[in-house]
Amino acid sequence: MGTPYFPGCTLSTKAKSFDVSGRAVAEALGMPLDELTDWQCCGATFPLSTDNSMALIAPARILIQAEQQGDPQTGTGKVATLCAICYNVLKRTNVALRERPEQLERINWFISTDTTTQGLTYHSKIEVVHFLEMLRDDLGWDALRQKVEEANGQNRVKGLKVAPYYGCLLLRPPDEMGLDDPEAPVILSDFLRALGAEPVEFAFQSECCGSYLAASKPDVPQALSNTIIEQAAQAGAQAIVTACPLCQYNLDKRAATARSTAKLPTLYFTQLLAIALGLSEEAWALDGHYIDPAPLFAVKSEI
Amino acid sequence: MRTKISIETVMGAFVKDIELISGQDLLACNQCGKCSSGCPVVDALDVLPSAILRLAQLGIEDVLEAQTIWTCASCLTCVSRCPKDVDLPRVMEALRTIAMQRGIQPVDVAAVPDELVADLPQMAIIGGFRKFSI
Repeated sequence: MGTPYFPGCTLSTKAKSFDVSGRAVAEALGMPLDELTDWQCCGATFPLSTDNSMALIAPARILIQAEQQGDPQTGTGKVATLCAICYNVLKRTNVALRERPEQLERINWFISTDTTTQGLTYHSKIEVVHFLEMLRDDLGWDALRQKVEEANGQNRVKGLKVAPYYGCLLLRPPDEMGLDDPEAPVILSDFLRALGAEPVEFAFQSECCGSYLAASKPDVPQALSNTIIEQAAQAGAQAIVTACPLCQYNLDKRAATARSTAKLPTLYFTQLLAIALGLSEEAWALDGHYIDPAPLFAVKSEI
Repeated sequence: MRTKISIETVMGAFVKDIELISGQDLLACNQCGKCSSGCPVVDALDVLPSAILRLAQLGIEDVLEAQTIWTCASCLTCVSRCPKDVDLPRVMEALRTIAMQRGIQPVDVAAVPDELVADLPQMAIIGGFRKFSI
């Protein structure tokens, strides 16, 4: 039995490659992801106004669905995400509802009267985990390294210089997210080493890509993403990995249209893992990138 | 241009509203400037992040006219570094909320070009417009 999994709206469409590669590697590593049977978009942003209860209803519904797939009696269980923003929304919702029981009560009242979730309430015991956390804490880097070594012969990721890029919401705010150090994170570097790749650390690892401003002020993400790509390239990276579809879009598409000549492909960490584990090219899901990563992983005899 | 600063504005309804919505004690900020130093979008701002907080502390309602509050990407770098644990992103959201309640709405959803809407991952549209517009 796998871990209840919340894909989110973007992974089901525009970032399907993240979902496909994620499910494939989870299966291959013996830690399958079981999609929640009923879910909807988490809202894509955690409401920062303390009295915005409406905005917490969508993530609360998701947490209730995770309860149904966990232990409905005790309300305990887990929900895993791949998307960093979904992770942030769900985890912060958990914290908010635990800190403000009167808000939880109000939200539970609303949800239990809704026809689709009649009688259901959230017991605020679900643990929200990110897949990177599962790799680090449930599997372990040594075990991952072993699985990569045992995989079919050729590791196309071996020796590849990859810049780890965290973005913002995977790590911040640190007291609520608690995944890694927000200023000097290591989880992606450890992940890359386990894959046999060479992590190329650089100063802009957790600098904002511009995020939602891609919709309202696209010049800003273009400038920020361009700097991140240039810095990674200057540090010697051949590619960048990320855990957020919005970061991937900004770094891949937005930076590519900037004046910089550095054209680094931006991959989801699960795509790199799929390649390292020697899974089928279908599992790598490399289509849909603006800057094509495929040439990095082609073998001379295949050209 | 004369701006009146008085104990009435500092203790007034505007400041109370900001504190209620953001859940923050504005006077906890001692203006150290770490937030402004770490802000990734600082070059695109008209008013520094720490100055926004200062204007809010003093109850100066002109702060609602700043472009800064609509250019904040909620990267949360400022709150992660604040030595006084002041949650500036929450203050930005409170200012946007109050601004929109007063009819100030510079982000126009309808003005986004169709090609961009089709190109963007939908989380940018959903999150972005829930954050920056009503």
